[in-house]
Parts: sequence; structure tokens; C-alpha cells
Amino acid sequence: MSYYGYFVAGAVLLVGVFGMARSRNLVHAVVCLSVSQAGTYVMLLSIGYQRHATAPVFGSTQKPSADVVDPVMQALCLTDIVVSATVTALLLALSLQIAKHHGTTDPDELTALRG
Amino acid sequence: MTAGPATTAVVAIALTLVLLGAIAVVRSEDPQRQAVTLSVFGICLTVLFFVLDAPDVALSQVAVGTVIVPLMVLLAISKIRGGR
Amino acid sequence: MNRSVRLWVVTIAGLAVAVAFGLAFVGLPSFGGSSHPYRTAAVHAAVAHQTANVVSSVNFDQRGLDTLGEETILFASVIGVSALLRPSQEEQDAGPSDTGRVLGLTQIFGYAVIPLVCIIGLDVIAHGQLTPGGGFQGGIIVASGIHLLYVAGSYSTLDKLRPVALFEHGEAVGAAAFACLGVAGAATTMGFLGNVLPRGTFGQLYSAGSVPLLNGAVGVEVASGAIVLVAKFLDQAILLGPKRG
Repeated sequence: MSYYGYFVAGAVLLVGVFGMARSRNLVHAVVCLSVSQAGTYVMLLSIGYQRHATAPVFGSTQKPSADVVDPVMQALCLTDIVVSATVTALLLALSLQIAKHHGTTDPDELTALRG
Repeated sequence: MTAGPATTAVVAIALTLVLLGAIAVVRSEDPQRQAVTLSVFGICLTVLFFVLDAPDVALSQVAVGTVIVPLMVLLAISKIRGGR
Repeated sequence: MNRSVRLWVVTIAGLAVAVAFGLAFVGLPSFGGSSHPYRTAAVHAAVAHQTANVVSSVNFDQRGLDTLGEETILFASVIGVSALLRPSQEEQDAGPSDTGRVLGLTQIFGYAVIPLVCIIGLDVIAHGQLTPGGGFQGGIIVASGIHLLYVAGSYSTLDKLRPVALFEHGEAVGAAAFACLGVAGAATTMGFLGNVLPRGTFGQLYSAGSVPLLNGAVGVEVASGAIVLVAKFLDQAILLGPKRG
């Protein structure tokens, strides 16, 4: 259990990369890239986690002197999620245009550059 | 969450669910099915982020990964299938 | 290189990366450990600036420059999608084909829930310095709420009630507002994106200085950006068809 969180993060990243390499459809490859990005979020949050600590939000029930989980890692993850969704949108738009111009979304058939 | 072994078990189960969800998304060949599997994977991630004491990140993931990205994948697939 | 060679190369490289990961992970501090030096410094700085949500303080107060960079990536991606998905010469506006039928229960539930979701989104944006939430999360919630019009009604309903040009301008206004607040910080002695407004009381709505304003700017930008993105995809999938004649 001391390293299980990191192991799962690395495994999710590699599973996504294998999915991209084996893919027969560009949209499938874009979704596999999204899965790999999720692996990095799991990694960041696993590094920041602390047992017997609470969320880094203070209020009437939790005074500022309590032990909290690392907030810097969460700040990195949270903007990352929204930004990577928009980059996924850009990749989907690209694959849509490729399908329109070349008539196929199979990466193995898209070998030649066409003007 | 301050209880001892129960919290560790919950974290371990959530991590395992995320790994199984990732394998399920990658193995769905049809992109229309993959959009639904991606949505379920997003929910598994949200549960993991909540268990790891990260409510901000869980909010971000549930809105983005369950609604916006599968919607765009389905619309892209609909255009690619319909246009060709 | 053909497909099987490519798969063998990826497998061998993937195994090498997995071994490297294994060697690296055993050197990390163990999962759930208690040595987090940045955590102590960040919490101390957030409480000094009267911000109850430490993650919002890190995002908009202590590392605001990184948030400006990520907001710019979002802005650039939406511009890229708008440029890629503009109607080409081979397509024309075919008009939406409203062939589907929406269940009555979906209609009632959808229309009833739209104002609730939009208000929850605005609440999440406004209380970003107090509760988990902020501009990024609340903006996406508002965008999802507006697209319930498409789920509960039809594409023509959504098209009439969602002027895309307004949201394109709204996105630019949000991005510019963030940069202007940063320059306002630079005009004082605190430097670019410094927290220049009065700090307020810890745990009240008026606290954390300029973090609520930055949250608002990011909320406007993310909501408008997401609406424009989905609008371009909806146009491509539903409206445009191949040119006839």
C-alpha cells in the first residue's frame, strides 16, 4: 500500500499509450490520450495525500490549525483538467476535418500527405 | 476522514476501480460505446479524488469528464458517420 | 513501419518505461506520508491573506501567473476549434432536422432543472474563496446547465436562446479582465497579479482580496469558452450538410 497509488498512476498512463498505439480509429486514439492524462492527475494527488488529514478548506467546523492534504498539488490538477478538455476538443476537431478530407479515420490508411 | 484501516481500504478500492475503468475505456473499440465508458471512468475518478480529500478537483472532474468531453466525442462521431 | 513492428516497438519501450517507473516510485516518500513542505507554507500564506479555500488561494493569489497561462491555453484552443470547424465551401446550412421526439418527463425535468443548475454554477463561482469551487468548476457547471436546453428541447430552441456571438465576446472579456486585474496589481507595489484589495474577514463572503474578482473573470471565460466549443460541434453535427446541386 505504500506505493500502490503511484503504481496505479503509472499503469493508467501506460494503458492509455498502448491504446493509442493499437487504435484503428482517430477518435478512439484521442479518448485514449484523455485516459493517459487522467493517470497524471492520480499521480499528483497521490503525492499530495496524507493519511489522517482533511481537505484544504477551512470553515466553521475546521479551524486553520488542522493538518491538511497538500493544496499545491490540487491546484495543479484542477486547472489541468479543464484545460486538457479543451485540448481534447481541438484534437477532435482535427480528426473531424481529416475524416472530411480523406474519407477515413483509420490511422493506418492515412499515410500520404495530400495537398 | 480520520478512521484508520477503513480509509485505507476505501482508497485501495477506488484506485483499483480507476485502473479497471481505464482498461475498459481503452478496450472499447466503437467510439460511441467508448463515450459512455469514458463517462463512467470520469465518475470513478471523481470518487477517487473525493476519497483522497480533494473536493475541488472532484468538482472539476465530474463536470468536465462526465458531461463536456463525452458530449463532444458523440457529436464528432455523429458528424463523421453521417457525413461520409 | 507496418502495424506489427509498431506494436512490438511500443511493447518493448513500454516495458522499459514501466521498469523505470518502478525504480523511481520506490524512491518517493511513501503514499500517505506526512512530509509536505509546500503544504505548510501554502496554508500559512492563505490564512495570512484571509482565504478559507487554500486551493483557490494557491491558484489565484500565490500562483496566479500559472492560472493566467492556463487560461490563455483555453482561449487559444477555443480559437483553434472555431477556425477548424468553420463551414467549408463544400458545405451549406441544411437546417436542423427535428426528427426526434423528446419524452414529456425529460422535457419537464429538463426545463425545471435549468435555472437551478445555472444558479448553482454562479454560486460555486461566487463562493470560490470559501468553499470548494471557483471559476473553473462553476463555469463548466453553467455551460452544462445551458445545454440542458438542447436535451429538454430541440436544437432550434437552443439556437434561439444562446447567441454564440455574445459568448465569443464574453470569452474575450473574461480573459482581458484577468489580465487587467493583473496589471492593476502591477500598478501598486505588489507586482503583477498581486492581491491589492482589502483582505476582509476570514470566512465571510467579502474576504481574500482580489480572489473573488479573479474567480469571476475565469468563470465568465470558462463558461463562454465551453459554450462556444460545444456550439461549433453541434453546428457541424446537426446543421451543416454537403452542398446540394
